[in-house]
Amino acid sequence: MLVLALDTSTAACSVALVGVDAAVSGPGSRPVITALAGRVTVDARRHGEVLAPSIAAVLAEAGARPADLGAVVVGTGPGPFTSLRVGMVTGAAIGAARGIPVHGVCSLDALAGDAAALLEAERPGSRDAGRSALAVATDARRREVYWAAYRPATGGSDEPERIIGPAVDRPPDAAARMREAQVGSLFGPGATLYAEAFAGFRPPPRPVFPSPAALVRIVAAALFDGGAPAPLVPLYLRRPDAALPSAPKAVTA
Amino acid sequence: MSPVVLGIETSCDETGVGIVRDGVLLADAIASSVDQHARYGGVVPEVAARAHLEAMVPTLDRALADARLRPADVDAVAVTAGPGLAGALLVGVAAAKAYALALGVPLYGVHHLEAHVAVDTLEHGPLPRPAMALLVSGGHSSLLAVPDLAREPVVSLGATVDDAAGEAFDKVARLLGLPFPGGPPIDRLAREGAATIPFPRGKAGDGTYDFSFSGLKTAVARWVEARRAAGEPVPVADVAASFQEAVADVLTAKAVTACRERGIDTLVVGGGVAANSRLRALAAARCEAAGITLRVPRPGLCTDNGAMVAALGGLRVAAGAPASELDLAASSSLPLSA
Ligand SMILES: [Zn+2]
Repeated sequence: MLVLALDTSTAACSVALVGVDAAVSGPGSRPVITALAGRVTVDARRHGEVLAPSIAAVLAEAGARPADLGAVVVGTGPGPFTSLRVGMVTGAAIGAARGIPVHGVCSLDALAGDAAALLEAERPGSRDAGRSALAVATDARRREVYWAAYRPATGGSDEPERIIGPAVDRPPDAAARMREAQVGSLFGPGATLYAEAFAGFRPPPRPVFPSPAALVRIVAAALFDGGAPAPLVPLYLRRPDAALPSAPKAVTA
Repeated sequence: MSPVVLGIETSCDETGVGIVRDGVLLADAIASSVDQHARYGGVVPEVAARAHLEAMVPTLDRALADARLRPADVDAVAVTAGPGLAGALLVGVAAAKAYALALGVPLYGVHHLEAHVAVDTLEHGPLPRPAMALLVSGGHSSLLAVPDLAREPVVSLGATVDDAAGEAFDKVARLLGLPFPGGPPIDRLAREGAATIPFPRGKAGDGTYDFSFSGLKTAVARWVEARRAAGEPVPVADVAASFQEAVADVLTAKAVTACRERGIDTLVVGGGVAANSRLRALAAARCEAAGITLRVPRPGLCTDNGAMVAALGGLRVAAGAPASELDLAASSSLPLSA
């Protein structure tokens, strides 16, 4: 199945075309995921302009047409509202136009999935050796981070399991709760942005953005189960800024 | 078969999807977030943008169902690229690009005000060239010369220098303890009153085609406060009628003068405030006296909707106008010449 995946929950506008093949039968077998083409543009204010041309580009690069798509997977945040909506409405509209399912995935879960894979690559086999929790943090602006904490993957799954969040907090508050949860490693652009507040955690191997491939990995099994995906719900985590009006002010006062 | 053009409008608080084929309206689906803004006394941009995201696909699907079409029947997608609320516009523009891209059809980014003019062609047929347009709503108050909607940019002759006319309605409504949006309750109340209070006509005789409604709003507030301070009852119906008369008077006077001075014999009135009964009546009387043909779309097409965007897209497609690129930007201050 040809799957279009995209995430606009951070400064990165990420798009990928991914081939997903159903798991061969047998216990523990998982769908096979092949990256076919991808585009990442890091420019927090231009997602609206960059996203659609990036989608056209990955389709062209893979020699595919929109009609070949079998599903869309989008990151649902949390992230800055405006850019997050660009990605979500794009995925939803493509799904509506082609009559294909659109799956939403918490963007922080994708970041954590890639982070866990990086750790595993660094120290193979340590997954089952009681590795400490990991956390991811992205820029929420207003001197806050979006973050979540995860327990390492256990036998049944490749993906780490979210134990806290997604949440939005000031970096020192997030750091305190991560320490409570015995987080060892912290990943994501929020970690580098607030290096001082997060100084106690092992420095991330590199700044990572949520990758479209990780989004697909997380829902790979659901792509084949034939059920309708859950409704797409953006993870805003904040109420809109809006003040209730006071009584009309006297102009003659 | 003539092309099917789907239009998407999200510049303010209405998520609109319209479908037009050959100048005929096939569907006009709308989802409004106005109820969510009422308690704030005005449109809250982030609340509007969130509502657009929620409503976008359901409204698209409903428009297609109403037109008895499938997505694959759509031959072009038009969208309001601006002006409007930035975050709100972005949802519609992103959706339109995705829809056009997924269907492999051209995309047309259009100007919101030009679309307000174009919607009249769905009801009254092609516009004579040139025509004049008076567009009044909560977001804009503009007098426009319209040479040829499909081929030439509309020219702004004048616009409000402060509040939009619809904004003045909202503020006066609040002053009188009426709900948001203020247009409908003021219109209703005014019918029970008489326009006996001589509120000022901002910029009426200044020789420009610009409007001003901030002074009027303040004059109404002062008048009402003076009554309250003196312990006298406020004749709210008379205040509503007098305020509404002042707005309708200055708008129609300038529009008719512009037609006369420029030798234009057709006036289109659009925008949400064009639903106001006094504005419609006064425009009709003055146009008739001046020998000007007045065209006002039915109220449902005057307020923001997707049909107007589809209508203008249809004119562009028919004229062979160039399509927009996929990097089309939403612009909160899109100029008319774009
Ligand atoms: Zn409008």
